[in-house]
Parts: sequence; C-alpha cells; structure tokens
Amino acid sequence: MQTSPLQDSLLTAFQGGQERALARVLTLLEGGRQDSRGQDSMGQELLQAVRQLGKRSRVVGITGPPGAGKSTLSDALISVYRARGETVAVLAVDPSSPFSGGAILGDRIRMLRHTHDSGVFVRSVATRGALGGLAQSVSAMLSALEGFGFDHILLETVGVGQSEVDIAQVADSVVLVLTPAGGDGIQAFKAGILEIADLLVVNKADLPEADRFSRALSGALELGDHGFDSWMPPVLQTIAPSGTGISELVLALERHQTYLRENNTATGLEARRLKRARFEVRSSLLQWAEQLTGAAGNAVFSRVAQGQISPLEVARTLLEELNRSSLS
Amino acid sequence: MEPTPPNKPRTLRIIIAKPGMDGHDRGAKIIARALRDAGMEVIYLGLRQTAQSIVHAAIQEDADAIGLSILSGSHMHHFREVHQLLEAQNALDIVLFGGGIIPEEDLPALLELGVRGVFTPGAHTAEVVAFLQENVREKI
Repeated sequence: MQTSPLQDSLLTAFQGGQERALARVLTLLEGGRQDSRGQDSMGQELLQAVRQLGKRSRVVGITGPPGAGKSTLSDALISVYRARGETVAVLAVDPSSPFSGGAILGDRIRMLRHTHDSGVFVRSVATRGALGGLAQSVSAMLSALEGFGFDHILLETVGVGQSEVDIAQVADSVVLVLTPAGGDGIQAFKAGILEIADLLVVNKADLPEADRFSRALSGALELGDHGFDSWMPPVLQTIAPSGTGISELVLALERHQTYLRENNTATGLEARRLKRARFEVRSSLLQWAEQLTGAAGNAVFSRVAQGQISPLEVARTLLEELNRSSLS
Repeated sequence: MEPTPPNKPRTLRIIIAKPGMDGHDRGAKIIARALRDAGMEVIYLGLRQTAQSIVHAAIQEDADAIGLSILSGSHMHHFREVHQLLEAQNALDIVLFGGGIIPEEDLPALLELGVRGVFTPGAHTAEVVAFLQENVREKI
C-alpha cells in the first residue's frame, strides 16, 4: 500500500514511541480525512500500518450509566497496573451534543493524578453522532493503541445508547459499573446491558442499600441460562476513590482472562477477537449505509414513502453505486 | 461516492484549564460551554492544574488550542510556563489563549510572550469562538 512521506515520518515517530505521533495518528483515525475522490485514504493506510505492528493488549470495557464512577474506577485500575510496571491507555468516550455537535469531555479530570506518568495515556473521544461512525473510529483507535504497545487498554463508554453498549463489546472483558442509587433489582433485571457484562461492579458501595442491591443483581444473573462450565459474572463491590475492592476487581478481571484463554474456542479469547473483527467490518458497512442514505437526497425516499419503489430496490441501487465508486 | 464534502470543517479540540491556586471556575465553564455550543470538543481539566499537566493533556489529546482562565493575578507566570513547556515539546502549533482578570497594561507583554489571544471581562463568547476559528491552523 502506498504511503506518503508525511505518513512515513509520522509512522517512524509512532514506532519510536513518541506520544505526540500516537496522538496525531489517533486524530487521523478518528477524523477520517477525505481525499479528492472523497475517500478516507489517509486514515485507512495508517490503520493498516498500525494494525500490522499489533501486539495484543488486554482490553477492558468499562460501561455504565453517567455518574456511576467509571472514570474514577479507571483511575484506580491504572494505579494497580502502574504499580506493577505495566503501561495503560484509556479511551474515554463521552457524548457529543446532538444539537451543536460539540462536546465537553470531562473524564480526564478523574485521572489527573497520573498526568506526569509517561506510562499512562488518556484520550478523550466524543461520540460525534453518526451510527456506525463511532464504532468504526473507536475500533481503529484501539488498533493504534495496541500497535503502540500498551499492556492494558481501558475503554470507557456511557452505557446508555445501543452504539455505546456495542462498543464495549469489542473489549475482551466488559465491566458494568452500577451504584446502589441505581434503583432496585428490577431495574437491573430489565436493563439490557446486564447481558453484556462479564463482571458487575457495585461502586459507591458505602452508600446505603449496597448489599441489598448486590444481592438483587446476583439474583437476576442466576436466573439466566448458564452452563456448568460457562462464565458466571461475579458481582463485586468497590469504593473507587479509596481503592476499596479494587484488588478484588483486578483479580476477577484476571480470572476472566484466564477463562477466555482456557476456553479458547467457543466463548474464549479467539472468539472475542473474531467478534471484534466482525464488529469492525460491520461498523464499516453501517458507516457506508449512513453515508449513502445521507447523500441520496429526498426524492428517492419520497418515492419509497409513496410506494412507487421498494426500500430494498433503493438499497440495492445504493450498494451498486458504492461498488462502482470504489472500483473506479 | 461523495458522502461527506471533502472540505467539511474539522472538529476543533480545545483544552480549558485553570492553572495554580485559583478557585473561581465560572468563567472557564462559561467558555467551555460556549465552545461546545459552537461545535467544538472541549477537554475540560478544571481547577488547580500545573503547567505540566496542561501541556501533557494537550499533547495526548492532540488539542488545537489551550485556553487558560486566570483570576489570581499570576497570569504572567502561568502563561510563560505553559508556553515554555509547549516550546520544549516542539508543540508551538498549539494555540495558547486565555482570559480572566488581567490588567490592560499586561496585554502587550503576554502577546510578546506568545499568547495569541487574551479575553478580559466584557468580552463576548462569540469573540472567543471567532478567534479560535481564525487562529487554529490545519494540521498535517
């Protein structure tokens, strides 16, 4: 694949471990520069290049409602990993305003005590709206962080929208962070995100009702269909600012990693990686779908609305257009 | 395929921070909010930051600009320190600007130091937005 001299020097700096080069690569992967043919060649070439460097990091997804303590928990995990001399990157995803497209990214503020530590890299990411777009850029950014060689990557998302929940699933292990203030067991029972969690953390466990809430969660989990040798998500309690329960969380994460390694076929690590690859491909398809329908103009949709042409037909035409444009 | 126009404006990423011992963050928050409403991504660092933590964040976040809010009278010191660190990191392409309670007679010295824009009480948030849109250069 052809790369430009500019890209070559950027990649050299990236491989030389320069933080600024990593930061710039992340920007390019996130933004998707478009060339004159309207194609995002720079991002794609870079992505291929950094993917080839790929060492595998342990990727932990941390998701949960706003204010549950995801960033503070990440901060506590960083301290544990750093104490062992392992390097950590954090991708902290916060929502963009649906009105202005802007965002206030405030996750970093919870991790400031690691600010002078060169073994910690924190990057804030705004969702930037588009369906599929976020998933695509987050997967690409993960590959860059892996290529840079971090031991651990924490991927923090607000687990409220479908796309954010989807993103957490590209992780090897998904931690769902809840608080005792999050309602009773029925709330957790009906919340769809419970199913994606490999570990459940009841943070702010010094609040009243923490034990009752934890028991309700365990109860809800036991109702699920799980086999004798399948992974049963543990319910842990933490108080993130004081570090209470963090070493238990680290242990549980390691047990999950071991489980993934030992069950390396159907549900294990390889399955996770395949799932992630499938997810990346699907995200690209979704992104195209979003762009094609966005560019198609209202006339064609009004014909669909009036029943003159079927949605399937239009979709086929759009796909053919996509094919033609990428072949030319 | 022409899904998005090739020259679609890039989303600007701006660090907003308050260096030193100065607890008044209303101004910083108003600016952060105004920049968000103008479609920018604000990485909000908040109170009691050191020059090192600010520059470190700006590098990792690949920020386009750093905005410092200083109401404590120590603006000369903080702007100088942040500017020096940016220079040391070969990162002077990151636009340094700020505001707060800053006497008019200090403005020439700040601009001389490399601060690109200073906004004092009475400045409209739209001025800050326009300043950033004009002063941030295209990367790569």
